[in-house]
Amino acid sequence: MGLYRVVAVVSYRRGLKDPEAETIYRDLILRHGYSAVKEVRVGKQFTLLVEAESPERAVNYVKEICDKLMIYNPVIHELYVTIHA
Amino acid sequence: MPKIAILKFPGTNCDEDVLKSLREVGREVRAEIVWHKDFRLADGWDAVIVPGGFSYGDWLRAGAIAARSRAVLELPEAAIKSVPVLGICNGFQILVEAGLLRGAFLPNESGRFICRWVRLRVDNPKGPWLSLAKNGDELHMPIAHGEGRYYIEESDYKSITSSSPLIRYLPNDNLNGSSYDIAGVGTEDGYVLGVMPHPERAVNPLLTPRGFKPGGEVIFRSILYSLKSGW
Repeated sequence: MGLYRVVAVVSYRRGLKDPEAETIYRDLILRHGYSAVKEVRVGKQFTLLVEAESPERAVNYVKEICDKLMIYNPVIHELYVTIHA
Repeated sequence: MPKIAILKFPGTNCDEDVLKSLREVGREVRAEIVWHKDFRLADGWDAVIVPGGFSYGDWLRAGAIAARSRAVLELPEAAIKSVPVLGICNGFQILVEAGLLRGAFLPNESGRFICRWVRLRVDNPKGPWLSLAKNGDELHMPIAHGEGRYYIEESDYKSITSSSPLIRYLPNDNLNGSSYDIAGVGTEDGYVLGVMPHPERAVNPLLTPRGFKPGGEVIFRSILYSLKSGW
């Protein structure tokens, strides 16, 4: 058993209007000349410290939580789960 | 006398207004504000209202945490037992998050909290909450929300548009960018209804701004009438 830091990121699905991201992109990033940036999306990050037998199990455990407790809503969100290095 | 439960969560703040509206509209009703931990459907409630506010501070997403509470997990049983359920504003968000109604909510398209009176139209009124409304009725009520942009996939919309009660913003009054101008939606039988605008703030003519009529009254009159005489 080990302790793993698992990061879950929930952001809006592509194609859904994301006013916060649009404003950051248009009025901050582009306005200051960082024109190499082509898209910005905003999300929420959750960091969970999980006790598990392996990093894969820790990730799957967090994915299960996200699905069952609807930490994200698949109708409008994308979920990205990864292990913290 | 019909018994109506008004569910309260930490952060609910429209419960007193709902109670007052019900009492203003009809004397023969026993309405009570019930703390979510004390709520038991088996206590013989004839209808349940989930009022607006900011349950659990809108953390995670508006309504997401209350939707997983024991009280709300009992509500699908209400639908089976034909106990009418109404969700107002945050209550609507809770019912959607709990999967009792279709769709999802996103932050308003403008990115701002909007508090304004709007004009609505009733389509296909059905069930206990709209029994006294007529198809095409124009209702006026205020909205007050930050996450009110109703989103529904096209295929889901097609399956409800002819069968379920819908309340729509008039085209110029869809201020949050909701899909298909949807401000309220019900289940096919209309037992469960969710509305984003606040009927409880649109009952008293004294509190209704010039140019508008108190359009929330019909919802409270409907439920009292329905519980007494059927629908």
